[in-house]
Amino acid sequence: MKITPLNKIHRQLGARMVDFGGWDMPVQYSGVIAEHLAVRTAAGLFDVSHMGEIEVSGAQAFDFLQYATTNDVSMLVDGQVQYTALCYESGGVVDDLTLYRFAADRYLLCVNASNTDKDFAWLQDLQKSYQFNDLSMINRSENYAQLALQGPVADEILAKLTPVNLAAIKFYRFVQGKVAGIDMIISRTGYTGESGFELYCAAADGAKLWQELMDVGRPLGLEPIGLGARDTLRLEKAYALYGHEITADIMPIEARLAWITKLKKGDFIGRDAMVRAKEAGLSRKLIALTLTASGVPRDGYPVFCAGKEVGYVTSGTMSPSLKKGIALALVETTAADSDQLLQIGIRKRQIPAERTKLPFV
Amino acid sequence: MSFPEELKYTEDHEWVLIEDDVVTIGITDFAQEQLGDIVFVELPEVGDSLETGKSFGVVESVKAVSDVYAPVSGEVVEINEELPDDPEVLNNSPYDDGWMIKLKLADSASLDELMDVSAYQEFVEKD
Repeated sequence: MKITPLNKIHRQLGARMVDFGGWDMPVQYSGVIAEHLAVRTAAGLFDVSHMGEIEVSGAQAFDFLQYATTNDVSMLVDGQVQYTALCYESGGVVDDLTLYRFAADRYLLCVNASNTDKDFAWLQDLQKSYQFNDLSMINRSENYAQLALQGPVADEILAKLTPVNLAAIKFYRFVQGKVAGIDMIISRTGYTGESGFELYCAAADGAKLWQELMDVGRPLGLEPIGLGARDTLRLEKAYALYGHEITADIMPIEARLAWITKLKKGDFIGRDAMVRAKEAGLSRKLIALTLTASGVPRDGYPVFCAGKEVGYVTSGTMSPSLKKGIALALVETTAADSDQLLQIGIRKRQIPAERTKLPFV
Repeated sequence: MSFPEELKYTEDHEWVLIEDDVVTIGITDFAQEQLGDIVFVELPEVGDSLETGKSFGVVESVKAVSDVYAPVSGEVVEINEELPDDPEVLNNSPYDDGWMIKLKLADSASLDELMDVSAYQEFVEKD
């Protein structure tokens, strides 16, 4: 199994470790609910070193990325981050990712851990097929450790360790600077819906960065956070997770990601299929549901409307903030847009579920 | 982790307290620890008859769904009505406030299959 540079620290902290797509990762330290609430009320530190980083540079880097990704790379300026996706010709999703622009000819893609090799191979194929020759693409995943510092006091904690003016880093912007004397990328991004940062440094410096952050952060309520709470935190904000809301068989425009799918920017991989699907009318869409009786919706559970199965839950949990069952579900458009009541099938019962405006929290 | 001496145990990590022909059933400290934060509990109804080895309820943590199996056969005579509203009691007090159901035994022979505390402790260490 693959390990991150912080594996020893997780074990010292008594984390429960799980196999997460081939990575030995902490699923929880003190408990999912306590960790979740710590991030909402104070701050949490996540080891996300398993995430992949792919560097794309060269004179054709912009043209290549504009063709390979769904969002409009021309909107980016130096020091800006963009949430985007790679699609197949079918319009299904290869992966979702954040795209960092360092210069007009130099970018970094941060991709899902378990998709890194697939993404890199896909990009190499595209490069060859479409002859983007003036381009260098390097899988940097093993070079980086990545920590996410998230929560209302994240700024206060990070300010104790860096001379960088954090207030000047706006949402989805990044700078290169020192934290605890270590060179890194400081990015105001995250997957929790709280304010905070994602920090990229050399793999060898990852453990020191974690320790320094924990030391100054503990008195302010900073807690280590595992993958369990990472999932409940993102789900309360309805952020998509690859393999759930988006897969090779789900188009981003079906999954509430039309905002990162710029059909008018010019040609890109997956565009034709999505334009055709849109013209024909999308047959299904992702909606948010809150159970009005007790129960925990989980991925794969069926969704019913007037006694008929109309879709399924893509992600579900008991929301630690709301103490209610919440779910994202991919359902037939006609049922989604009707005002008929919906139910989620949990074991032998159908539990009523209310359409909910996003985010849940 | 604690395992009270006066209880009997199953391989599915339930505990059983035997008082004449009525048994009280719950999940062990090991089970609650493995599950993590428990957020949902489903229990049978009073009057239901349960069969050894069949699922009688469900315990869900944030991450997982677990069935709870009847360690012995019998009729449900009482359920812990507090639990569905307060599932974290299973984490905080698995042997006392976290009891799940009481059964009137159909057949006392099935009690012989249960483990005593030392056998269960050994079983947990191997698990």
